[in-house]
Parts: sequence; structure tokens; C-alpha cells
Amino acid sequence: MYWPIDLIVLTFVIFCAIAAIVVKDLLATAILFGAYSFMMCLLWAVMGAVDVAFTEASVGAGVSTVFFVAAIFRTSRRTKD
Amino acid sequence: MKFLGFIVVGLAGAILLYGTGDFPDWGDPYSPASLHISKDYIEKALDQTKVPNIVTAVLADYRGFDTMFETAVIFTAGLACFLLLRDFREKKERFYRHTPTGVILHVKAGKKILDGGKEFEYMDKDWVPSDLIIKTVCRILIPFIQIYALYVVAHGDFSPGGGFQGGVIFGSSLILLAISYNLKTLVKRISEKMLGVYAALGVLIYLGIGVICMLMGGQFLDYAKLAPLIPFDSNHIRALGMLGIEIGVGIAVTAVMAIIYINIVSEGRHDEGL
Repeated sequence: MYWPIDLIVLTFVIFCAIAAIVVKDLLATAILFGAYSFMMCLLWAVMGAVDVAFTEASVGAGVSTVFFVAAIFRTSRRTKD
Repeated sequence: MKFLGFIVVGLAGAILLYGTGDFPDWGDPYSPASLHISKDYIEKALDQTKVPNIVTAVLADYRGFDTMFETAVIFTAGLACFLLLRDFREKKERFYRHTPTGVILHVKAGKKILDGGKEFEYMDKDWVPSDLIIKTVCRILIPFIQIYALYVVAHGDFSPGGGFQGGVIFGSSLILLAISYNLKTLVKRISEKMLGVYAALGVLIYLGIGVICMLMGGQFLDYAKLAPLIPFDSNHIRALGMLGIEIGVGIAVTAVMAIIYINIVSEGRHDEGL
């Protein structure tokens, strides 16, 4: 594994995870989760698990973000806490 | 309460981090996972199955029984979404738009729903005129996404990908159609009944191939026993069997993705949504 890529991507992963919890807007949280999944996908690809990376990109970053957005569309966009 | 939750989460995270200390190094050849059976897969998979992508060989052949139940889990997810969210009650208010003039009619509950022929269009409550650029771009893009999805399913034996990924990509192309036009366009093209049939059909194809293998005198999902049924290339029979189940998985996943999306976005009414 190449440690500079690793370091950058892991930093982004942690950043996205914390931001997804802190942000009040649920739509932003959904998008941040998509970014998080995409970073994880890069991480899998760097580690050589290309099949897992592909699944993460299509399911995690792609379709589950759409499901979150669809659920937010039918509920409320703001959280109470 | 929030502070307490923070402490609990922090503690659990710390314990998990502490637990990772015992993990073997990344790519360690002497880790327990590498010592047991991986060696056999890596050395013999290509000879035994003629599939270059070992991940697919393990998922679809050596561990085919597991993958069948994974497909069943996906099917169950779609079924649960349907059972929880589907709402068959008639909608209270309907809105119709007279296409040539743009006049909007509001039909209250219980009133007779007019039959105005093709000039009236049943529309969403918060209707916005669909954007020409978005519609055109998606119209051009969707066929390519679908062909790519078919490629991912068909090429799962040779390169990363397979039924799950291809099915998800195909399902996203359907969702893109619903987002760029409207939900009615999608529901008109693929009815709810057909989606249910496809979801069940995918699992049935998987199960059916396994049962056919048993009928031919082998174990469940032992693709080598399918050789008499296929007149060509009996050398690659395991690869062909894997392709068959990948197609089944792809069909099931596509249908389930569409079912989940339609049910969530329309609150189970299948009439209007994103």
C-alpha cells in the first residue's frame, strides 16, 4: 500500500464521517455519506480488493445515496439535534 | 443524555480500535485467513473453473450456496419494503393538466374523476415543468448505463463485477429515468406486477440452476453436471453456470432496487414522487 494515498484518503474518510454527524441538514448528510462511501471505495481499490471497491461505488456511493435522498424528500430535512 | 451517548459511543469505538491491534498485517501471508483454504483457491480455481476472476469463482461456485441466500436477502428486502410502505388507498386529491393550454384542474376527493382523453394529463401536486437539458442528457445517458450494466453482469467472470453490481447499475438507470422525467414515466414502463415477477424470477433462476444440477445427478449447484445440456464448450461449463446464476442475481437486484425506490419516494402510493 502507498502510504501518502492512504493517509489522504483516510483523512477524508474521517472528515466525512464526523461532518455527516455534525451537519444539521439531512440532505447534506446524505451527500456526505456518498462521499464517505466513495472514499472507502478508493481505499478498497488501493488495497487491491477491486470487486469490493466496485460494489462500494455502485451500492454505497450510488444507489443508497439516492434512497436517502428519496427518504428525505418524503420526511423532513432538518434534524432536531 | 447526549453526553451519555457520546461516552458510550466513544467507549465502544475505543474497544474496537483496541481490538484491531490483534489483526494480522495487511497482506500477511501467515495470517489465519491466508493459511487455511485461500491457497487452494488461488492455485486451483483457474484449473477447476476456468474463471480468471477468483473472487467470482469463490462467490458463485465454491460458495454458491451462500450467494443464493444473499440473493434471497435482497429479495426479502424488497418484499419488506413493499409490505411496510405500500398503500393501496385512493388518493384524496388529484390534479389534471390540460396539455394544450396549461390549465390545471383540481379534483376533490369523492368527485367523479373526469375522462378527458389524451389532452388531460394526471400530474403531481407540486409539479414543475421538466427541464429540457436534464431530460435530453438523461435520455442519451440511460441506454449507455444499461449496456454498461449488462457488460458488468456478463463480464463478471473475467473482470471485477457480477450480478450484484450490474443489477445495481441497471436499477440506478431506472431510478435515473424516474428522477429526470417523473415517477409515472417509470411506473408506466415497468409495472409493479412485473417488478415483483422479476424479483422472484431472479431468485428462481438461481435456485432452478441448482435444482437442475441435482436432477442431472450432481450436488446442488454443481455446474459440471450441466455439461450434457449444453452442446458446446463443455470445458467452460462451470463458467457458463456461473454466468447463469449471475444473470439471475442481476435480474433480482435490478427489480428490488426499483421496488425500494418507488415505494420510498411515493410513500407507497406509486403515483407521484421525485
